Amino acid sequence: MSDQNAASSVAFVRTEQVPPAPPPFSTSGPVKWARDNLFSTPFYTVLTILAVYFIYVVLANTLPWILNGVWAASSLAECREVLDGVSGGCFAVLTERWNQLLFGFKYPSDLYWRPTLAFILLFVAAAPVLFYKLPRQLLIITGLFPFVAYYLIWGGTIWTPILALAGVMVGYLVYARLVSGSFAAGFFGGIAAAFVVWIIGGMLIPQDANEAAVMQAIPSRDLGGFMLNMMLGVTCVSLSLPLGIALALGRQSNMPLIKWICVIFIEFIRGVPLITLLFVASVMLAYFFPPETTTDLFLRVVIMITMFSAAYIAEVIRGGLAALPRGQYEAADSLGLDYAQAMRLIILPQALKISIPGIVNVAVGLFKDTTLVSVISMFDLVGMIRGPILASTEWNGVYWELLGFAALLFFVVCYGISQYSQWLERQLATDHR
Amino acid sequence: MTTMTDPPQASFRLSMLINDTRYRSYTFQFIALMLLIVSFAYLGSNLASNLAAAGLNISYQFLGSPAGYDINQTLIDYSSQSTNANAALVGILNTLLVAFMACVTATILGVIAGVLRLSNNWLVSKLMSFYVEIFRNIPVLIWIIIIFTIMIAVLPGPRAFRGDDPAASMLFDAIAFTNRGVYIPAPVWGAGSMVVVTIFILSVIGVFSYRRYATKLLYDTGRLLPMGWPSFAILIVPTLLSFFIMGMPIGLEYPALKGFNFAGGIKIGGPLIALWIALSIYTGAFIAENVRAGIQAISKGQTEAAASLGLRPGRIMNLVVLPQALRVIIPPLISQYLNITKNSSLAIAVGYADITATLGGITLNQTGRAIECVLLLMLFYLTISLSISAIMNVYNNSVKLKER
Repeated sequence: MSDQNAASSVAFVRTEQVPPAPPPFSTSGPVKWARDNLFSTPFYTVLTILAVYFIYVVLANTLPWILNGVWAASSLAECREVLDGVSGGCFAVLTERWNQLLFGFKYPSDLYWRPTLAFILLFVAAAPVLFYKLPRQLLIITGLFPFVAYYLIWGGTIWTPILALAGVMVGYLVYARLVSGSFAAGFFGGIAAAFVVWIIGGMLIPQDANEAAVMQAIPSRDLGGFMLNMMLGVTCVSLSLPLGIALALGRQSNMPLIKWICVIFIEFIRGVPLITLLFVASVMLAYFFPPETTTDLFLRVVIMITMFSAAYIAEVIRGGLAALPRGQYEAADSLGLDYAQAMRLIILPQALKISIPGIVNVAVGLFKDTTLVSVISMFDLVGMIRGPILASTEWNGVYWELLGFAALLFFVVCYGISQYSQWLERQLATDHR
Repeated sequence: MTTMTDPPQASFRLSMLINDTRYRSYTFQFIALMLLIVSFAYLGSNLASNLAAAGLNISYQFLGSPAGYDINQTLIDYSSQSTNANAALVGILNTLLVAFMACVTATILGVIAGVLRLSNNWLVSKLMSFYVEIFRNIPVLIWIIIIFTIMIAVLPGPRAFRGDDPAASMLFDAIAFTNRGVYIPAPVWGAGSMVVVTIFILSVIGVFSYRRYATKLLYDTGRLLPMGWPSFAILIVPTLLSFFIMGMPIGLEYPALKGFNFAGGIKIGGPLIALWIALSIYTGAFIAENVRAGIQAISKGQTEAAASLGLRPGRIMNLVVLPQALRVIIPPLISQYLNITKNSSLAIAVGYADITATLGGITLNQTGRAIECVLLLMLFYLTISLSISAIMNVYNNSVKLKER
């Protein structure tokens, strides 16, 4: 009667659902992934095979070299003896000359703890600037860091950093007092007050204070190694940010004279290579200082590199200022804010946020460019490798280990900075996309 | 009825210089001008008294006196008796030479790496991002030194090419890679070679006019002429024919071992090659990022729209994607060229005689004319930079989006 019952009694008709079968082997899992991503077309297959061969060749040559490496030997000859004809790196040069690579060859070896401590403090001081979720009180450490680091690295009398700090504090107090009236009065008043403190205090410090100091004074020419790269990079980036902001604002200004001063400065600096500016620092700048003074090379180099990176940062920030919609400027005006207030409260916070990737690019480039000081015979990391270490009788001919080490150090720092900037960009993204 | 009162008659008071927006900017500019003049006067007086104390003066006489040093890689005639100005000219040409070579190879490398980084092939795109990250994050000076070290420490000396069973051999019997440089064959221009060269130049012009004619025909009548093989034929056939008819006037002079070194051919010095390769692969990594950004800036809708019009993939790339991507790619590309030119000043680290090494290095040290040399050096780089940015502005204006 019922068709259904009749049908179900037929042997070749299923009565229950077939369980879902897994996809065929070739269209799922790693095989599918490989077919989609490695062997999708004949051209890509060829490319994949070439790439695999390339990776194999590179690894086959470098892996044994790294794994067989000798970490304890006192000279290249001893290294070769240990290796006995096997391919292997002579990493003993890194352990043997570790301190020279990091601190240079003139820094007193019993005082290495001072730059090391300054280096650790750098992280503590940088943390509240880099991660804005940390408690704001930590910024006090950041403010104190330049003076502490100066005292640790150069040593000498403690009155120099204390005087510098006192000047800055007095300047800040004057600024805080006057800024409610007008920004310009506060700003210039603060600077003037700081200078007054420095000049008066400078007369009070006795001339021979450095000899009698608890911390042995280290002259700038004794600094070297990777420490010098770090110091130049950190100092110049932090100094060039405010200068770059000022130049960018000056270039946007509608006062023709100020605008043209900034334009000429920026275009001139951007038009010449850093190395010519370093030549200026090493052979020319001394002519422009007062005749009886001698300014040390480190300071001259800092001045020139700061000017160099300030010009590039100014261009980046100008891009940020130009990217802001015109309405933001007009809204600030219509609220009755004056120029300084509008810039501080409305324009710059937004413009700087837009410019973060560019500023980080400049900072990374600048840090890489600090190696150029080896050309004007300062013994930074590259200068140490090419100079005292490769020229020594023990290690003459150890190229790859040393250059690879330098490359690795720079890669770690620069890659770290660029990853941080990408993270920061995601954190600061307030638009809803 | 409204009455307008006259604005109070402005009588000038001194406080208006600060408080009145009409005058305030003049006050500020006046202060800035004064500060500028005072600081320049201060620096100038320091300079004058320092120079007087050292018994120096500013003079460019030294440019005319004999340089007194040799340069190993020159494009023009130069000997140690030539003037310092001549040495500087050699340096300028060397700078331009290495900058030009590096620009060409960096562009090729960068475009290939940038396109491959976007490819669907996982391994290749990862390999390319590895290349980009490695080269962007390590100073170019270290790369130059590494490649220069490969040149001098890994490549065999000329001695290794000697004997019946030499340790090293020349590539195709024509190119020798030695630690003193790379030797390549030099062309020898015989009688009648001018004819061949002229015909070659004419056929290049011919190729362009044929392609233009074919494009015009396509737009006017819709007839599609073949482009590929006729252009190739026009380029090759007449030149080859004239070459054999004239009796093969252009020959090659191969480098050969003579004594302790190679003779004949063209020698490309190790420093030049190190600088060239290092600048190319370093800047190539940056260009790869620019190319990638440019291609990604073109929305997918453009490709899909072109495909739905029935264009083939090659034409989509040529006619739709590339013209738009180039607008994004070219400005950063040109600033990379500028960076190459400026970074070529690192030649001084490996001893390549560019302008920084001749004028800013040896001439400066021998004559002691620091201020003059550095100023001339800056002037040269400034001229190059400003002319390149002028060209860039012209280009930017020509490709700017034409809006209503």
